[in-house]
Amino acid sequence: MIKHLNDIQDLSSDQIEQLIALAEDMLADRAKYQSALAHRTLATLFFEPSTRTRLSFEAAMLELGGDVIGFADPNSSSATKGESVADTIRTVACYSDIIVMRHPKEGAPIAASLRSPVPIINAGDGGHHHPTQTLADLFTIRREKGRFEGLTIGLCGDLKFGRTVHSLIHAMARYEGVRFALISPQELRAPDYILEGLRTRSNVSYEETDSLESVVPRLDILYMTRVQRERFFNEADYVRLKDSYILTLKTLADAKDSLTILHPLPRVNEIAVEVDDDPRARYFKQMYYGKIIRKALLAAMLGVAP
Amino acid sequence: MNIDSIQNGIVIDHIQAGNSMSIYQLLHLDRLACSVAIIKNCKSAKMGRKDIIKIDEDFDVNLDALGFVDPNVTVSVIRDGQTVEKRKISPPERIVNVIRCNNPRCITTTEPGLDHIFHLADAARGLYRCVYCDAAKQ
Repeated sequence: MIKHLNDIQDLSSDQIEQLIALAEDMLADRAKYQSALAHRTLATLFFEPSTRTRLSFEAAMLELGGDVIGFADPNSSSATKGESVADTIRTVACYSDIIVMRHPKEGAPIAASLRSPVPIINAGDGGHHHPTQTLADLFTIRREKGRFEGLTIGLCGDLKFGRTVHSLIHAMARYEGVRFALISPQELRAPDYILEGLRTRSNVSYEETDSLESVVPRLDILYMTRVQRERFFNEADYVRLKDSYILTLKTLADAKDSLTILHPLPRVNEIAVEVDDDPRARYFKQMYYGKIIRKALLAAMLGVAP
Repeated sequence: MNIDSIQNGIVIDHIQAGNSMSIYQLLHLDRLACSVAIIKNCKSAKMGRKDIIKIDEDFDVNLDALGFVDPNVTVSVIRDGQTVEKRKISPPERIVNVIRCNNPRCITTTEPGLDHIFHLADAARGLYRCVYCDAAKQ
């Protein structure tokens, strides 16, 4: 298994399959792994707020018999005194066996991994990457659809700053016959480096559109995202764009019965609450699967998975 | 216009016309105590117009930096008035501390002591990307 996880592309397709297989086994027999990481310590360093990612990592470590240290608020760390990422990592690596880190600056986990003797897992770096959310997405897709190949995936909302979207596109672009519908306002379209990656691949196709309604009937998966308020330099731009897409039951009228609706959460108002009870809404299950696949990742990166 | 030929040093030739000052700055030639000649807009059968830089001292040229700015240049090493080596430049796969990332969201803007590293993302377009944040430089 890899030493550090910064980008989903650090993992080969075979390694992703191994993680999914391990997660399936952990789902089937939780007791089998309850001491797998005994006497190991996870450090969770969250320089930005998080609910699901941090708690799911901490729950994952505890369920594997390990211990957890860390901070959920950078104001309670020496970062407020101006300590560099490198020095923070050197310090925390003395007290832990593996570090999960979220940081507002893009590339911060790479800077951390350059100085870390223990594995670093990127839990989100600004609007850049979020590989463990992608592992949760992939595990959910595999459980819901049974495959990755040949799926039509609509990604809707903030495709510019939505780091989960960037990582998911990178991951799904490996599979044969995947079609992406990139649904966003002009100002929030996917970055060039993401589209470049798609253009160079012959196995996938993509279209960009600002109309959710026009593509919904063709979708196998609809991945909704929140407009990332914290990434805007200008509040007025956020206010203008924040309600660009609101998924309602009416929007879903022409969607397939087999559609799977995903969202990395948290949502603001881009999915109406009325959709939650629709059987196609799988975003709450998705966050549960997120904990399971993170258990598999921790065990694999610490080299204790059977 | 005559420029004395050099006895021991470096000639950077086939510079795209207008690029010589960028190369002068990038290679920090202003820090050299020796004679440095910048010849701009001279006629070239192959290029129409070109720039040339002559450095009257043996000098360790940063070929990666040159390859980033102008991969079509040639570098000749002169010893005792004779060309003893011609180096063809190509776009480097990686450049370290040649250019800085301008993305305000990039970790390089706040983290001290971090090398600014770019990788060649698209050779045909001469496109480089920051290894930390993927911001583009061309």
